[in-house]
Amino acid sequence: MISIGERINGMFKDVREAIKNKDPKAVRELAIKQTEAGASFLDVNVGTAAADPVEAMKWLIEVVQDTVKTPIAIDSQKFDVVKAGLSVAKNEILINSSKGDPEELDKFMTLAKEYNASLICLTMDKTGIPQDVERRMEFAMKIVEKAVEHEYELSKVYIDPILFPINVDQKQPALMFDIFNQIKMISDPPPHRNVGLSNFSQGTKEKRLLARIFLTMGISYGLDAAVMDVLDKDLMDAAMTAEIIMNQHLYSDSYLTAGRK
Amino acid sequence: MEIPNVADKWSGTVNEITLGATKDKGGTRAKTITIGGAKSIPFMDFEGNPGQKPVVAMDVYDVPPEDWPETLVKPFADVLNDPAQWAKKCVEQYGADLICLKLEGIHPDKGNKTAEETVKTVKSILAAVGVPLIIWGCEHDEKDNEVMPKVSQAAKGECCLMGVVTQDNYKTLTATCLADGHALITLAPVDINIAKQVNILVSEMDFPLNRIVMFQSTGALGYGLEYTYSIQERERLAALTGDKMMSMPVICDVGHEAWRTKESKSDDNEVPQWGARDERGPMWEAITAIGLLQSGVDIIRMNHPKAVATVKKSIDRLY
Repeated sequence: MISIGERINGMFKDVREAIKNKDPKAVRELAIKQTEAGASFLDVNVGTAAADPVEAMKWLIEVVQDTVKTPIAIDSQKFDVVKAGLSVAKNEILINSSKGDPEELDKFMTLAKEYNASLICLTMDKTGIPQDVERRMEFAMKIVEKAVEHEYELSKVYIDPILFPINVDQKQPALMFDIFNQIKMISDPPPHRNVGLSNFSQGTKEKRLLARIFLTMGISYGLDAAVMDVLDKDLMDAAMTAEIIMNQHLYSDSYLTAGRK
Repeated sequence: MEIPNVADKWSGTVNEITLGATKDKGGTRAKTITIGGAKSIPFMDFEGNPGQKPVVAMDVYDVPPEDWPETLVKPFADVLNDPAQWAKKCVEQYGADLICLKLEGIHPDKGNKTAEETVKTVKSILAAVGVPLIIWGCEHDEKDNEVMPKVSQAAKGECCLMGVVTQDNYKTLTATCLADGHALITLAPVDINIAKQVNILVSEMDFPLNRIVMFQSTGALGYGLEYTYSIQERERLAALTGDKMMSMPVICDVGHEAWRTKESKSDDNEVPQWGARDERGPMWEAITAIGLLQSGVDIIRMNHPKAVATVKKSIDRLY
């Protein structure tokens, strides 16, 4: 499971304050805690309140890199913010994310290739988010075609079919499983399958339970990456257990320990 | 017709370990041996770097072996009572890359030798040869836990490969090897899940993963070679697909196992149609070794000089 730790985000008060006061303490702590919890990437998002998002992104990335060697997911759809982040990056980078419009993909893939970074691509464009499997798969195909055109490694492409909150449109989450399955067969090697997990159960009363069950079900259909709360131990344990059940790793009695190394 | 490229791509690498330490690294070895490093399955170098050449460790016992057939005794007849001279002969005459000192004689039922006697033996071998040393306990947990720490201290800084630790008995030897700078053999008899478990347990004690060699116990030709083969092959595939807890080089005990079989032991009159033992025995040992090499092996423990020569030649031709 490629787990992208979501906590370094200006939407959270502690990070917002850290950015405002240029006080790295909270960010460092979150970087260490999420790394110890087994995060594959640390998502870095300046939030909406940052006075200067370009400078804030650079500062956050430098603080994280000073603290841990964990790969970083630069979370912004603004091209100049992503570019600024890449300009100071030393750790391995995942760009989160590009929309599926051809001109957006051209821009982001060129940039990702230049910095040897991976890229999350959303199955949506400026006209909006599709609500069905077929149109999402059309986007997935176009994303793969673009990667081939750019000679950009498919193993660096993450397709995010956009998971809706369960309390917004209950029909949507179940569609995802079919999509994960289909994306897995789109190419060899296939692109990764990613979702934003916390968004799915945002505002519900059983936030953690919903996330945990969706993640384990998703893994059984081929979901292999998620922006998620890696500090939720039950969630991480459930993911590792689902992967063991799907025979993705060799079982040992201490597989939960091995999964965090 | 264009032939499609079916080469696999591997993301993992088998850990590389250097055994032995020369003077500038705090030891007294004349040479070191580096094993591991494979980025592809054996002999498929078109898929990736096959890593370091497999090496042969020749067995030396701390007591003269009791059950060896004459064919096996002959090449060592003059040295079986003197482990240091025995080791010297293996290195100088028979081309051993390493010496594996098997501490058979410390077993309570096989001589019950003391730690002090054993330390002397180890020191005499270190003085007699310049190659790195493997030191293998008697696999009686209590006795090993008593003797091995003293042996480890006596060889401190020499970067020996010490064995074996198991799921049920790993703490003493792991702690000692960590303190004295040795590498460690983790044993899980023909069980790949326990193999991973022992590696995790040892790493939980902060023992570095890149100083571990895995041992699955070995089956000779006709006596379970296929089980060993299949486990070792799965281990190598796990390493190459990036499982950090399984990315260790592998050791096999071919000599001892091959020479326990009736096909290599029986004398010439027992089953005349099997041919002469002096040919048959070494052949059994060599075939077992060469078979297992295909599954991904880094160190092979062997006995008969003729088998050693055959296997080394085969390795040289294939690498």
